[in-house]
Amino acid sequence: MSTSTTEPTKPQERGTDAVVQMRGVTIRFPGVLALDRVDFTLRPGEVHALMGENGAGKSTLIKALTGVYSIDSGTITVSGTERVFTSTADAQAAGISTVYQEINLCPNLSVGENVMLGHEPHGLRGIDWRATHRTAAEHLSSLGLDLDTQTILSSHSIAVQQLVAISRAMVLDARVLILDEPTSSLDRDEVEQLFTVIRGLRDRGVAILFVSHFLDQIYEISDRITVLRNGTLVGEYAIGDLPRGELVTQMIGRELDELEAISVSAERPIDRTVAPVIKAEGVGRKGVLEPADLDVFPGEIVGIAGLLGSGRTELVRLLCGADRPDTGTLSVHGKITKLTTPRHALERRIAFSSENRRAEGIVADLTVAENIMLGIQARRGWLRKVRKQEQDAVVEEYIKALGVRPADPNRKVGELSGGNQQKVLLGRWLATAPELLILDEPTRGIDVGAKADIQRKVAELAEQGLAVIFISSELEEVLRLAQRVAVMRDRRQIGILESSAVDVDGVIDYMATIGEGSVA
Amino acid sequence: MSRLIKHHLFWPGFALVALVVLNTVVRPRFIEISVQHGALYGAPIDILRNSAPMMLVALGMTLVIATRGIDLSVGAVMAVSGAVALTIIDGSDSPGSVGTVLVAIAVGVGVSLILGVWNGFLVSVLKIQPIIATLVLMMAGRGVALLVTGGFITTVTSDPLKYVASGHLLGLPFALFIWVAAVVVVSLVERRTALGVLTEAVGINPEASRLAGVRATGIILGTYVLSGGLAGMAGIIYSSNIMAADANAAGELIELYAILAVVLGGTSLAGGKFSIAGTVIGVLIIQTLQSTILFLGVSSAQSPVFFAAVVVVVVLIQAPAVHRAARQFLQRRSTHVPDITRGTEVAR
Repeated sequence: MSTSTTEPTKPQERGTDAVVQMRGVTIRFPGVLALDRVDFTLRPGEVHALMGENGAGKSTLIKALTGVYSIDSGTITVSGTERVFTSTADAQAAGISTVYQEINLCPNLSVGENVMLGHEPHGLRGIDWRATHRTAAEHLSSLGLDLDTQTILSSHSIAVQQLVAISRAMVLDARVLILDEPTSSLDRDEVEQLFTVIRGLRDRGVAILFVSHFLDQIYEISDRITVLRNGTLVGEYAIGDLPRGELVTQMIGRELDELEAISVSAERPIDRTVAPVIKAEGVGRKGVLEPADLDVFPGEIVGIAGLLGSGRTELVRLLCGADRPDTGTLSVHGKITKLTTPRHALERRIAFSSENRRAEGIVADLTVAENIMLGIQARRGWLRKVRKQEQDAVVEEYIKALGVRPADPNRKVGELSGGNQQKVLLGRWLATAPELLILDEPTRGIDVGAKADIQRKVAELAEQGLAVIFISSELEEVLRLAQRVAVMRDRRQIGILESSAVDVDGVIDYMATIGEGSVA
Repeated sequence: MSRLIKHHLFWPGFALVALVVLNTVVRPRFIEISVQHGALYGAPIDILRNSAPMMLVALGMTLVIATRGIDLSVGAVMAVSGAVALTIIDGSDSPGSVGTVLVAIAVGVGVSLILGVWNGFLVSVLKIQPIIATLVLMMAGRGVALLVTGGFITTVTSDPLKYVASGHLLGLPFALFIWVAAVVVVSLVERRTALGVLTEAVGINPEASRLAGVRATGIILGTYVLSGGLAGMAGIIYSSNIMAADANAAGELIELYAILAVVLGGTSLAGGKFSIAGTVIGVLIIQTLQSTILFLGVSSAQSPVFFAAVVVVVVLIQAPAVHRAARQFLQRRSTHVPDITRGTEVAR
């Protein structure tokens, strides 16, 4: 292995000191060319963003680099030596470590044990636990983390767990650190903390490959961007050479004014003289959410803004029977109703799409068709199976209307990309003919194209009279779609804003300052 | 050809056919079927007849496993069912009458259904882990059976009862009709209604199913009730076979054989997708293997090892890791001598 430079490499230098060099890498899957002669270079001391829509080949490239997939042709050179990875252990031995979105540590072991797993210092009588925890603490503090290494990993937030995973990579003496969507479940402060750690590592000469759907974060942290599209390389750019609009165009291969067009529909007038589809008065749950008020009228989109953990998910779960409120009343179309189960809510035509697509959304091993039909079938009960013809018609309608790719009703939904899984879920809820659709982070972690498709569909449905509650971490998106925005902070609703009267900064100010110092 | 190999029943079917071929090659008499007194006799017929108890138990187990559960109590339920039924026949004035036997069977199966409700209640309502919930009845059930029989092995003489396991209908064993009917009815109910897909949905992702409005509690409870009822019927067949209620020996270890059959048939213990046809083949593999042991004259001391060795082979030929290794082996050879193996690989 060659020694790494401690000086960050300047983006302009196309040096030969690359720590990872992939040349003409091709990976073939049954029926698809996942990567087609892709070149990729990673230099020490840089943060390199890998960009592309879902299905562009980002994950495949990462998996080739980490030894999960073996490549069909091309070469991978690490630190000057050509390597053939046949397992993830090979890649790790070559100094390549990965921190995934779903953290793959042992949640039931202590922080120290996780950091040092497999590399514990040994004494005369087996593992020297004291030294293990001491070394772990050193590694953590070198990343600026002050943690009790004896605490159980799962007792910490996802953000801390992620930093623990990074510490672990450092124990493995990683020269290349791959961060796959590390920020998707972090709030702003946590992202800042992560970025501080990333910058520290970069300055120590670690090469960092960063994947994220958040453009802001890409531009904040990266030195260089490689763009993939449909399994081929579009190009490699220094961050300053690629303005945002151009990056998006490169990723999707077409101009994207569509998102802007959607905002027009938000300016529609809403008839608030009729009974609201749902009206929550003082709805709350002890220890989960302070009592909150919310009403949504037919044809209206109400956004909910707030950081992760602000109570936005908790609020909507009380509105759809996923959790039960212990205070307040709910009225559906003006009639006071108790919603005790999701089934009960669906019978009242209230559909809820969870933010947790994998755990609470898709049924991965069932087909696209079965997933779309699940809501309808559940309501009818097991005895009255939806007829084949009717099922085919419904499934075809939603695959077409939502642009599910591949448009194969018999494909297992787990094999689809995140964006297409989200479309299938949207299809499931729309098929139940809802009058209120609650969407919790429907566009998180999905590509720009699918995001536009989903936003457009939601706006279109609202114009036709559907009431929608739309939660998103991206305030632009919330303001673009919604007529009103409920703002949440610290498990409390702090106000409802007319979206035409505020901009993103206005909402952020509101989230940050209003109600400061009042009863928490 | 490659489509055939990829079918989920290919490897279980292959294993079954291989076992039959092995037996036939060693002793051609194995496959012979003769007609005596208007009924068919022979090793294959015996296998089909003797499969009945395990088939019923494995059928219920398949659905329980599909919901991410497991039912360890089936053997104990068999013992209770047999004990109840035979105690009723034993205490009756006319043990030989069809009516008495029908009542006894109905009560035995009825008690088993109640035991199934108990299991299902613990698992679906109280959310106790299935392995623990059913372990309770696995251990307590035989005690209940002993209480019913007063601690003795109850033996009866009753022609209608004997008919259940040993009788013939249209030249075929009556027990065969029982399990074929059970398999057909359960398959039809699962696949013609939406029960099958809802069961799979609950097994694959319980929370997503709940949010989609699926009544998971009812579906899970139902599978344990079905499993209990089928185990009850298996207990009746077992007792009919030996014309006695033996609380200790009835259905001994059958829960493990049933789980093995389900897995051999391609249903994952992780729950979700299930295959009833696979389970049928799985049971037939185990039953054929047990006949093979008798047929080949493997000594009783060696038979467990022989059984285990064959099971290991059957499991291995189904393992994806083995398939991958085999493919790589073929590929490596084909790089020296280019042949069609490589071509089909790419086309796939």
